[in-house]
Amino acid sequence: MNGIKKNKRLRSCLYHIFCAALALVMIYPILWLAFSAFKEKTDIFQEAGKLLPSTWFFENFANGWKGFGGVGFDTFFTNSFIVTIGATVLSVFSSVFVAYGFARIRFKGRSFLFACMMMTLMLPVQVLMVPQYMLFSKFGWINTFLPLIVPYLGGYAFFIFLCVQFIKGIPRDLDEAARIDGCGRIGTFFYLILPLTKSAMVTSAIFSFYWRWSDFIGPMLYLKKPKLYTVSVALKLFADPNSVTDWGAMFAMSFLSLIPVILIFLFLQKYIVEGISTTGLKG
Amino acid sequence: MRTKLKDNLSGYFFIAPWLICFLVFTLFPVGMSLYYSFTNFNLLSAPDFIGLENYRYLLFEDRKFWQSVKVTLLYAFVSIPLRLIFAFFVANLLAKKHRGQGIYRTLFYLPSIVGESVAVAIVWRTIFGKNGAFEALLGAIGITTEYSVLGDPSTAIWSLILMSIWQFGSPMLIFLAGLKDIPDVYYEAASIDGASSFQKFWRITVPLITPIFLFNLVMQMITGFMVFTQGYIITEGGPLNSTLFYVVYLYQTTFENFESGRGSAMAWLLLVFIGILTAILFSTSKYWVFEENEKEG
Repeated sequence: MNGIKKNKRLRSCLYHIFCAALALVMIYPILWLAFSAFKEKTDIFQEAGKLLPSTWFFENFANGWKGFGGVGFDTFFTNSFIVTIGATVLSVFSSVFVAYGFARIRFKGRSFLFACMMMTLMLPVQVLMVPQYMLFSKFGWINTFLPLIVPYLGGYAFFIFLCVQFIKGIPRDLDEAARIDGCGRIGTFFYLILPLTKSAMVTSAIFSFYWRWSDFIGPMLYLKKPKLYTVSVALKLFADPNSVTDWGAMFAMSFLSLIPVILIFLFLQKYIVEGISTTGLKG
Repeated sequence: MRTKLKDNLSGYFFIAPWLICFLVFTLFPVGMSLYYSFTNFNLLSAPDFIGLENYRYLLFEDRKFWQSVKVTLLYAFVSIPLRLIFAFFVANLLAKKHRGQGIYRTLFYLPSIVGESVAVAIVWRTIFGKNGAFEALLGAIGITTEYSVLGDPSTAIWSLILMSIWQFGSPMLIFLAGLKDIPDVYYEAASIDGASSFQKFWRITVPLITPIFLFNLVMQMITGFMVFTQGYIITEGGPLNSTLFYVVYLYQTTFENFESGRGSAMAWLLLVFIGILTAILFSTSKYWVFEENEKEG
């Protein structure tokens, strides 16, 4: 009996050693970034193998914050927040709205259109890149945030799918009760469905925030003035291997750019796990 | 009859935002893209119809095109299976109850959440580049003194493959959900019949997880062929085009060399390729994906 217990403890010990080691390897690059943000610029390469800085150097943040070309990172962060929040609010609200139509109302062509929507998930963005660029330049939208926000007016296929699945799980009796109480379709949507789909909306909002925040190709195509750059485009230019001089400042800004994403992840993890497990959303 | 009409009207009222955006921002551009692929087009002047010339040039003359195909296939066919196997392995570790499992899951998933960002691409470039942390590590164990993984055409792609495996978080979570769905009674029954844990793994876990494996494989394939940010920022296709991903070359052709007609042809070749691949995966799936219903019927 004692032997089995001992064996069990040994196995549990091995398990924790393995998992802890793997976890360390996994987050090493992120830790490396975090600590490099506090290293003096001359130390970063001399001490590349060391994780902790020998002296903590906080000026990197002040230096990096100034940005380049007369535009500071305060502007880049503001731009990123405008684009990210605009696209997220639009796509989440529209997705629930559209999902209600697909999930609850029988109309002609419903399954065909739903299939079309799911097909768009398989479509490489590259196919749309040139024509969309032409379209947006015809609209006069180059060098505005509009191309990065307005297309989300139609929701986002993944989120619509997620919400459809979710709404199907709400008992139809509730719709019936709302109807008897005198609610029309629109009333039912706002008073019944919208409040009950909160968790699917939170999940969608988190994913949308991630994707929009780290999006790089969109802002690079449509925003060509430094004043309009989002953080990801600014970082790419800031970190150009041919021109970068202050590596400390560059790492400090890279580190800052990850903070909103990491904070959301740590506090709202439950929703992410739920979203991925139920629909296979890519994180 | 009246309610039917009303249902149709309200249905289209609710899906209108999606339908309008789909027509304007997806369907119309897809058609235009197909048209552009048959033209000589530089984004500025009007497109000039040249028939199949773009396709002929890409397939029969453009060496860089085939190089990018080679690089992308190598990347996808090495990194995706490794990533899935690794994800499955780790999911099995996390499926059994242990203390602290939640923390491990968080830490294993964290790289996937930040992996597509420019910041992490820059970190990767610095760690595996000249004078980086990886070189310091090699030096510390006495292998070489001066070696840049990203500077060597034969190794640069492997650091990108490593990065892809590093982001195994999403398939891991999907496998984990699948593993938790397998009823405990199956394992209990096998234990009573005297099965070893290895047998239980191969005879119960693996067959029951194959549908999820197929799902993961399709999703990963689709995204795997479209990797852009990492290839564009970490190596910019170099050294010597050894990491020239298909979509990076597509981007360069379209927006840097202004051969936008040819770029559109590349996009369509990609679309057709992904379509064929998905069809193959689904049509072969009946040979290796286990379906529970069959057994019962």
